[in-house]
Amino acid sequence: MTQSMTDAAVGPGAASGQGVEVRLEDLRREYGPVIALDGLSLTMAPGEMVALLGPSGCGKTSALRLVAGLEEADAGRIVVGGHDVTSLSANKRGMGMVFQAYSLFPHMTARQNVAFGLRLRGVKDSDRKRRAGDMLELVGLSAQADRFAHQMSGGQQQRVALARALAIQPQVLLLDEPLSALDAKVRVQLRDEIRRIQLEVGTTTLFVTHDQEEALAIADRVGVMRAGRLEQLASPTDVYARPASAFVAEFVGLTNKISGPVQGGRVQVLGTSVAIVGTAVPDGPATAMVRPEAIVLTTDDGAGGDAPGELGTVLAVSFLGAISRITITLPNGGSVIAQLPTSVAAEFPAGSSVRVSVRPDPVPVAPADSPS
Amino acid sequence: MSDIMSLGFGNTVPVVEHPDTGKPGRGPLARRRRRLTAFRVAVFVVMGVFFFTPILAMFEFTTRGTGLGAPRTLASWRAIFDYPDLITAIQVSLELAAITSAAGLFLLVPTMVWVRLRLPRLQRVIEFLCLLPLTVPAIVLVVGLAPVYAWVTYFFGSSTLTLAFAYVVLVLPYTYRVIDAGLRGIDVQTLSEAARSLGAGWPTVMWRIIAPNIRSALLNAALLSVALVLGEFTIASLLSFQNLQVAINFLGRANAGVSIAVALASLFFAFILLVALSFVGRRRSAPVHEEE
Ligand SMILES: Nc1ncnc2c1ncn2[C@@H]1O[C@H](COP(=O)(O)OP(=O)(O)OP(=O)(O)O)[C@@H](O)[C@H]1O
Ligand SMILES: [Mg+2]
Repeated sequence: MTQSMTDAAVGPGAASGQGVEVRLEDLRREYGPVIALDGLSLTMAPGEMVALLGPSGCGKTSALRLVAGLEEADAGRIVVGGHDVTSLSANKRGMGMVFQAYSLFPHMTARQNVAFGLRLRGVKDSDRKRRAGDMLELVGLSAQADRFAHQMSGGQQQRVALARALAIQPQVLLLDEPLSALDAKVRVQLRDEIRRIQLEVGTTTLFVTHDQEEALAIADRVGVMRAGRLEQLASPTDVYARPASAFVAEFVGLTNKISGPVQGGRVQVLGTSVAIVGTAVPDGPATAMVRPEAIVLTTDDGAGGDAPGELGTVLAVSFLGAISRITITLPNGGSVIAQLPTSVAAEFPAGSSVRVSVRPDPVPVAPADSPS
Repeated sequence: MSDIMSLGFGNTVPVVEHPDTGKPGRGPLARRRRRLTAFRVAVFVVMGVFFFTPILAMFEFTTRGTGLGAPRTLASWRAIFDYPDLITAIQVSLELAAITSAAGLFLLVPTMVWVRLRLPRLQRVIEFLCLLPLTVPAIVLVVGLAPVYAWVTYFFGSSTLTLAFAYVVLVLPYTYRVIDAGLRGIDVQTLSEAARSLGAGWPTVMWRIIAPNIRSALLNAALLSVALVLGEFTIASLLSFQNLQVAINFLGRANAGVSIAVALASLFFAFILLVALSFVGRRRSAPVHEEE
């Protein structure tokens, strides 16, 4: 990726101007008995990149296909740049889409693939060639312009697909798990590149993924979906640090489920009284969702007494490089995972006795016997 | 798959492919390969004899002179042109072949793609319907077709070309199979959705995306149609149309030599077509082999 940023002025961003606002209003879509989308609403600011994140089958792809016009909504509206496009067919919407499956036209070279949309728009031959060349350069594939799909790696194919989608200067860029077929290293590299290009061209982008790391890493905002609805739409840091619900807390990042009583809007976790984020929970037994890095460990010096927390035993320490994860069993049979800098973790070898407490940051809470 | 991938119209890029055949070596592996080659040659020769003996016999028959000890003559071949009915029949059959293969493809390809994308549940039904003509003997088919043709004649006149209606149905099972295999080889849904999101309407998707990627299947289907139509006798004869085979049969009673000559010529024509089509289908991968 030796692509220089200096040609941004002549890049597609310069021509396509800024992104447009995209509004999904109360979208519904059913497949027989299955409700794929159950009133999905989402507003994307111009030029923003929103990642839709959620477990398999929660309706992410359905949402994207509705926006693309590849599927019809049962109810609801899609408004792009102030125009209602709900009833427009896919080929009239001018949206760029990159699919999960490899989708390059096998009988065309990379350049012809990229130029295809321009050809349909009647762009002059010479302009077409130049634009396609520009786009391929943007994704760093100028050298592969005359290759066919079967002569390129998966990552290269997806890059060409991205160039092809961007070549038509789409109003909206739609990405449906474009990286899921690639191996881990290429995935990380390409996702950063997608973000770089997206910032460069400034196209409003909807990115679907079930990989939370991917979503948190590149999106302006992350929308966590559950059963056809948005559970939370917020910046990556907010989704992680202030999850709106127990579901979000559990789905995004590693989470300890620690039971403790709720009283007066606060929950008692391992001896510490902590504020509750998100929906209010009635007084009574409940489960708090605590991040591993919010767990505080102190060596059990025997003095104990008034220090908050419970005594536990270190079961295992897993070394993850700069950080380590420590699993502690509690006297009540539960276990807690703590995450510490590796240098600190050295103080708590397996088998040692530790005092476990939590940082007093607000946590989401689920009623005691809720499955999530 | 790679065969399909390599079809298309763009420029061919020279590729260095790893040749899968190693250097001619010694040892048991090489011996086995030689034995396999010998076996292949033997099969080829036996089949060749099996196929070509009757053809050669036909040719021999058409070049016989009249009377004992008469010299070889091409009189029968030249005489083909003395039978205007025969020339017309040849013309009509060629037209029928063209119309049938074109109409069959235009009917079948969009239907099959559409069913695949929008009504996947109907796929079994369509397959059943398309294979049905295979199970109905031509004689029985004619019984059903006769009253239908009363109407066809009423609407379209009595031209022999109206046989195309029956022939499209007749070739359906074969073309269906071939196109089905072709469509299985590509990701129809993703390709067409990608094209549509880029602004292509359905005709463009069919013509510019689907068709080029199943080109060899389309060629094969067309060839099968042509071969079937050129060889069709029963339906034409029973519906009293004069196509090539009917004319040959009729002529056979008057002048056996000429009728055999025409039959041979039509065989030869189909053969040329086959070779030409397989050559067209293979053209794309040629540069790759030259590279090796
Ligand atoms: N064409 C279809 N016919 C029937 N049901 C469908 C169809 N498409 C989607 N569904 C159903 O709708 C629900 C949502 O599907 P969708 O593909 O949107 O999920 P997703 O969030 O993209 O999941 P994944 O992460 O597995 O891709 C699922 O229960 C799925 O089974
Ligand atoms: Mg999906």
